[in-house]
Amino acid sequence: MKFGVLRFPGSCDEVDALAAAARVGEAELIWHAERDLGGAEAIVVPGGFSYGDYLRAGAIARFAPAMESVIEFAREGGLVLGICNGFQVLCEARLLPGALLGNANLRFTSRQVRLEVVRADSAFTCACGAGDAGEDAGADAGGAGARRTSLSIPAKHSWGRYYAQERTLDELEANGQVLLRYAAGENFNGSLRDIAGVVNERGNVFGMMPHPEHAVDELIGGSRDGLAIFESMRMAVEGAAVV
Amino acid sequence: MRARVLIRPKAGILDPQGEAVQRALPALGFAGVSGVRVGRMVELEVEDPAQLEAMCEKLLANPLVEEYEILAP
Repeated sequence: MKFGVLRFPGSCDEVDALAAAARVGEAELIWHAERDLGGAEAIVVPGGFSYGDYLRAGAIARFAPAMESVIEFAREGGLVLGICNGFQVLCEARLLPGALLGNANLRFTSRQVRLEVVRADSAFTCACGAGDAGEDAGADAGGAGARRTSLSIPAKHSWGRYYAQERTLDELEANGQVLLRYAAGENFNGSLRDIAGVVNERGNVFGMMPHPEHAVDELIGGSRDGLAIFESMRMAVEGAAVV
Repeated sequence: MRARVLIRPKAGILDPQGEAVQRALPALGFAGVSGVRVGRMVELEVEDPAQLEAMCEKLLANPLVEEYEILAP
């Protein structure tokens, strides 16, 4: 399968995202001014400071020609992963509910975080955890029967405090749209309900603040846990997992 | 026409910048300060001020977390 990784002026994690995606499939960069997604079967909106983060993080990037195509791609059911700044872009584009606000500690923070995988049966997390991923498909995986595993991957941002209205948060939890949470003691940015990653209602657009693309090699990433996110997407696209 | 748009965090949303400013002021001897909120201002020259509201909704502010006030003379 083929991943398309967007590159905006000011992106800085697109090369790592490309390398991570290339470990599980083909991967190609897509310049922000392109409308053609080049036949990509899944899209990664990477981290960085698109358009200098002017006005608000992600506010300008959502109007890029490539993003218009990504919005269309998402409407058709295509898989879209937004990481860090990419998560902010997807929220600004209203593909995901909520917004990312300045960290409660007012600091840029870069550290390894432990994440709880709330659901391991989604298109973005089905390769998390041991064994037969996708087995829980269709079940209420947010409930007691859910397989819970954790990931250790880096996070680095100033604007990562997930915010949504209480009603929206209740809906997200009830619908099983919270896929990743900061484990106890790891929520340094003050995200409401410890949310680290949310998926849209349809299950094909996912945003997360921590960086799976930086944790694909034990030599430099502290773990290879991030690879599971990309592997999950490959499985979902290739039909290896029922999601 | 010259217009100004004031944008600030919505009431009820934690504003750590405002809190930091509020904590700093007493340290400089300014007592009795509360409710500090930090936002931003956009100044712009517009031909059609009727479009300002749509500009705020679409780009200048994020209505989910920010409120805006259009100051047009």
